Amino acid sequence: MSGLLVVWESRDVFLWGAANTLSLVLSCLLLSIPLGILSAIVLTEATAPLRRLLAEVVDLLRCVPFLLLAYVIYYGLPEIGLRLDPWWAGLVSLTVYTTAYLAEIFRAAFLAVARDNIEAAHAFGLSRLLLYRRIILPQVAIMAAPVIGNQVITTIRDSALLMIITVQELTFAANFVSANHFTPFAPFAAAISLYLLMSFAVEEGVRRMERIRTVRYG
Amino acid sequence: MAEIDAAISVRGVCKDFDGFEVLRDIDLDLAPGTTTCILGPSGSGKSTFLRCLNWLEEPSAGSIRIDGTLIGRSGEGKAARPMARRELARARTSIAMVFQHFALWPHLTVLGNVIEAPVHVVGRPRRQAEEEGRAILARVGLAEKADAYPHTLSGGQKQRVAISRALAMKPKVILFDEPTSALDPEMVGEVLGVIRELAKEGLTMVVVTHEMGFARDVADTIVFMDGGRIREVATPTAFFTNPQSDRAQRFIRRHG
Repeated sequence: MSGLLVVWESRDVFLWGAANTLSLVLSCLLLSIPLGILSAIVLTEATAPLRRLLAEVVDLLRCVPFLLLAYVIYYGLPEIGLRLDPWWAGLVSLTVYTTAYLAEIFRAAFLAVARDNIEAAHAFGLSRLLLYRRIILPQVAIMAAPVIGNQVITTIRDSALLMIITVQELTFAANFVSANHFTPFAPFAAAISLYLLMSFAVEEGVRRMERIRTVRYG
Repeated sequence: MAEIDAAISVRGVCKDFDGFEVLRDIDLDLAPGTTTCILGPSGSGKSTFLRCLNWLEEPSAGSIRIDGTLIGRSGEGKAARPMARRELARARTSIAMVFQHFALWPHLTVLGNVIEAPVHVVGRPRRQAEEEGRAILARVGLAEKADAYPHTLSGGQKQRVAISRALAMKPKVILFDEPTSALDPEMVGEVLGVIRELAKEGLTMVVVTHEMGFARDVADTIVFMDGGRIREVATPTAFFTNPQSDRAQRFIRRHG
C-alpha cells in the first residue's frame, strides 16, 4: 500500500520521466523515418560505391549494442570537441540506431512492392518523386506497418537504456523514486505500466493500418 | 506514307539482351486513327518491340517517333543523347499502355487508378479528372465499381479498369501488351469488346495479341513478326488469305 502511495506522491517525477521518454521517441521517429526512407532509397537505387558504403554502415550499426552507441556519443564525442547534453546525446544515439533498422525494413518493403506496379508508374509518366510518394510509400506504409510498429516498440524499450547516460526518462524516474523511498516494486511496476500504455498506442496504430490493408488488399 | 504524318514511326530499331539479338532493324510507320495487331510466335520479339515504343525497353539502336516527337533519345544518329528522365516522363504521357497482368495500383480505388496520372502527372484539376474518369468507367460498364478496390474485381473487370486508366490520359497512342492472355476464357470477350469499340472511334492502337479472330475483325494493319524481325505488314484480308512468307503461312495454319 505504501508503495502505491509513494508512486502517487511522486507522480510529478513519473510524468516528467514519461514526457522525456515520449519526446525522445517521437523526435527520434520524426527524424529516423524520413532518414530511414532516404537510406533505403540509396540502398535500392544508388550506384555501387555509395550503396555499398551505406550497407556497411547500416550493418555495423545493427551489430553494435545500443548502450555502447550511446556511450560513444555521450562520453566519446566530447574527446573530439562535441559535447551534447544528455537528452540530445540520447536523441542522436536513438535516431542513428533506429534509422539503421528502419533502413533495412524499408529496403525490404520496397522490394515487396510488385514490379509491374512500378513499371506502370513509369509507363504513365510518374516522376521518381511521384513514384515513391504516390505508389511505393503508401503501399509500404500499409504492408510494412506491423514490422514498423515492432521497431517503434523496440525504440521505446531502448530509450530506457538512456538512463545510464543520465537522461531523465521514465526508467530513470522510476529508479530515482525507488532509491529515494526504498520501495523498489511499485515504482518499477508503475514504469512498466506506462511503457505498456505506449506500446498499446503503437499497436492500435498498427491495427488501424491492418484494417486498411484488409479493405484494400483483401 | 511520309514519316511526319505517321502516329508511330520506327526506324532501324534493334534490341539485344546481353548480346542476344531480340529485335533486328525494325522499320514501321503506323497511320493515325488505325488499329494495328502485332502477331507472331512466342519469342518473336512482339512484346519487346511494343515495350520499346514507350521506352520501357531501351532499344540498342534506332529511333522511335510518336506523333513526330522522338521518344527516349533527343537527336538522331551521332547527336543522339538519352532523354532527361523528366522529358521522357512527359513524352510518355501521350503513350498509354495496357499490360498483360493489368498492373493496377492495389492501394488505390478504381477511380483512383484512373485519375492518378491525369491529376498528378498531367496536372488536370481533380474535379475534372474525376468527372472524366467516371464517364470513361461508365463507357466500359464499370460505373458502379468506381470506389471499389482492384482486388475485388474479376480479371476482365481489372483489364477494363486498366483500359480506362489508359483512356483517361487522352493519349495519342494506346499500346496493348497481350491484353487478354491472363484472362479466363469467359472474360476475353468483354475486354476485346471494349477494344473493338475504341477501334471504331478512331483511336490509334497497337495490340500485341494471340487472338486471331479479333485481329482479323478489328485490325487495319497486321504486323507479323518472327525471329526479331517484321516479316509482313499487310491488311488482315491480305495477311490471312494470302500470306507472303512461309513462316506466316505456317503460323496461320497453326493458329488461324
